Amino acid sequence: MIKAQEIKKSFFVSIWFMFLTFPIMVIRVNPIEKLIEWRWKNLALIGIGSFLLSFVWRYLLKQKEAGRKKAEACGVDNISLGRKLIEDSGFYIPALIAAAVFALVFPFIFSLYQINIMVTALMYVVLGLGLNIVVGLAGLLDLGYVAFYAVGAYSYALLNYHFGLGFWTVLPIGAVAGFIFGIILGFPVLRLRGDYLAIVTLGFGEIIRLVLENWNEFSFGPSGIANISRPGFFGIQFSLQGAIIYLYFLMIAFTLFTIFIVNRLQNSRIGRAWIALREDEIACQAMGIDKTKTKLTAFALGATWAGMIGVIFAAKTTFVNPASFTFMESAMILSIVVLGGMGSIIGVIIGAFALILTPEYLRAFSDYRMLIFGAIMVIMMVFRPQGIITNARRTYKFHGRIS
Amino acid sequence: MRAGLINFMAGFLKNMISVLEVKNLTMNFGGLCAIDSLDLDVAQGEIVTLIGPNGAGKTTFFNCITGIYNPARGDIFVSSPWNKDKIKKQERINGLKPNHITEKGLARTFQNIRLFSNMTVLENVMIGRHCRTSSGIAGAVFRNRSTVKEEKEVVEYSYNILEKIGLSSFVNEFAKNLPYGAQRRLEIARAMATEPFLLLLDEPAAGMNLQETRELAELIMRIRDREHISILLIEHDMKFVMSISDRIFVMDYGRKIAQGTPAEIRKNPVVIKAYLGDEISA
Ligand SMILES: Nc1ncnc2c1ncn2[C@@H]1O[C@H](COP(=O)(O)OP(=O)(O)OP(=O)(O)O)[C@@H](O)[C@H]1O
Ligand SMILES: [Mg+2]
Repeated sequence: MIKAQEIKKSFFVSIWFMFLTFPIMVIRVNPIEKLIEWRWKNLALIGIGSFLLSFVWRYLLKQKEAGRKKAEACGVDNISLGRKLIEDSGFYIPALIAAAVFALVFPFIFSLYQINIMVTALMYVVLGLGLNIVVGLAGLLDLGYVAFYAVGAYSYALLNYHFGLGFWTVLPIGAVAGFIFGIILGFPVLRLRGDYLAIVTLGFGEIIRLVLENWNEFSFGPSGIANISRPGFFGIQFSLQGAIIYLYFLMIAFTLFTIFIVNRLQNSRIGRAWIALREDEIACQAMGIDKTKTKLTAFALGATWAGMIGVIFAAKTTFVNPASFTFMESAMILSIVVLGGMGSIIGVIIGAFALILTPEYLRAFSDYRMLIFGAIMVIMMVFRPQGIITNARRTYKFHGRIS
Repeated sequence: MRAGLINFMAGFLKNMISVLEVKNLTMNFGGLCAIDSLDLDVAQGEIVTLIGPNGAGKTTFFNCITGIYNPARGDIFVSSPWNKDKIKKQERINGLKPNHITEKGLARTFQNIRLFSNMTVLENVMIGRHCRTSSGIAGAVFRNRSTVKEEKEVVEYSYNILEKIGLSSFVNEFAKNLPYGAQRRLEIARAMATEPFLLLLDEPAAGMNLQETRELAELIMRIRDREHISILLIEHDMKFVMSISDRIFVMDYGRKIAQGTPAEIRKNPVVIKAYLGDEISA
């Protein structure tokens, strides 16, 4: 009987948990009165709690398993949400219009606080799309993406501080700086595969941050650089509110620009080569694709986008310091790509909104916010490892002969 | 016009020049000598087969020629039969990267199928066109006229190949959803998209049934006769090998133990002892 077996397994899990947490949850030593307090009630609570959790967990996994078996047995290709979004025009055109209208009126109906969050979310959308080129399309696990973000941000901060250069001048400079750093860092590491690449890029990310933190003469160390100018608009000075709304529309435009470029890249000779490289490196080379060059292109293009967003980040916060560029940031962007669905543009967009907005709107739960957030992510990855939107690449469709 | 010329040239050059000439090739894995001073050549328009027991070093030999491994000693020369300036000097390709060797005109398939499984059949073949096209990032972003034209040509060329190989009905299917035999043929199609003059097939008939094997033999003959692509293949299916090959090379423990026409190989006592044994006498 499956049920009995399940109960038995959950029972052992709960015993195991009680055993593990026994020293911290049950025994309390009171050094002043030299007393040992035995809190047996806690033990019972943990036992019951872990038993229930484990049971529910197993039940859900079973359900998922059964669901998949059924789908396989029926042999129907259940059309994924992603495919529907892309291919069913009756579905996506109204959705697009709704999104556009919402984006336009958003800054005028919501508070400054909300707009700020939205700008941040949009920045992560672009970062996610940039990293998506590297991880999702070319299949290179890059854990140091934030390094290029930092390069862009510091380009603007330093050029603005020393030479008073404006946002629009530095934006392309940030892009070029990101690109160059991408090439410089990419060249030695792209020979490595999978996990090795991940570790080395992680190292590079940390090196850049540590340099910024310790090279005081260059980057002003941990105290960072303040009073960076906000983006200008033909010399008009905005109020704070105006500046934020301006930044919002700028980000909307930039996001659309990114989507456009990434979409075009993805459906091109280069994009195909990236995907092929992700699928099978050896076959790819045997088909005449220069592995190093193709990887380097993906890596440097991803870095370019990070560089540009770095500039925008510096302009938005008007302050940069190394604390903004920790590994957490890279992990966040990577989570966006993985959670959204690797290689899918819509997936990454949804992933970014989900990951950036959820913690904000979970503030009501105060202390439990990050706990809930973490739990949601774990559950997502267990039950939908392919990400929110799966398999949503637009493949090349051939319709009859071309004359 | 061009096709006519190539036809004529190919007919003229058939069996006259060797497209591949391997001399004294040696490859070691640590202490194991996987290939031991091997000589082999393929003439234009030939179908040459490499046979040998499991672990003889056949796949390793392919990997050396296609640049996946760098051989310890020896020379690999290729010469393209449709070079404009008549019979150009042979080129040594040792140590070149796999993609450069493919650009030179060698293309291969793999013993354990290595398709791009999450790409469609058409896209798989389009990847083969990569080394014959040139549009870059700027072209991808701006989609200028030459890029659009190139892309269209790639699609057309790829579809043509699929028709020739008999896979056009699967064109928009994901490669992973294809039946096994079709996957093997798709590997051939993908290799042909690189415009090779020599096709290296690693056990193309493995796992195919009788009917599929027969069709494959016809297909390979057709590729040789119509496309004038020379063929070097590895195969275990003796009936297939004997029916299709012009010449056969036999390997055992990294060494060449015999070479000759199918009739000669069939009678060669060394081969019978080392490999064919009861299969032939039966
Ligand atoms: N990368 C490698 N590292 C070490 N040894 C290898 C490697 N590749 C192959 N070998 C060894 O080299 C020998 C030849 O292997 P190879 O794959 O070339 O045989 P094969 O003739 O293709 O056999 P089969 O008919 O089974 O495909 C084997 O002993 C194999 O174990
Ligand atoms: Mg083999």
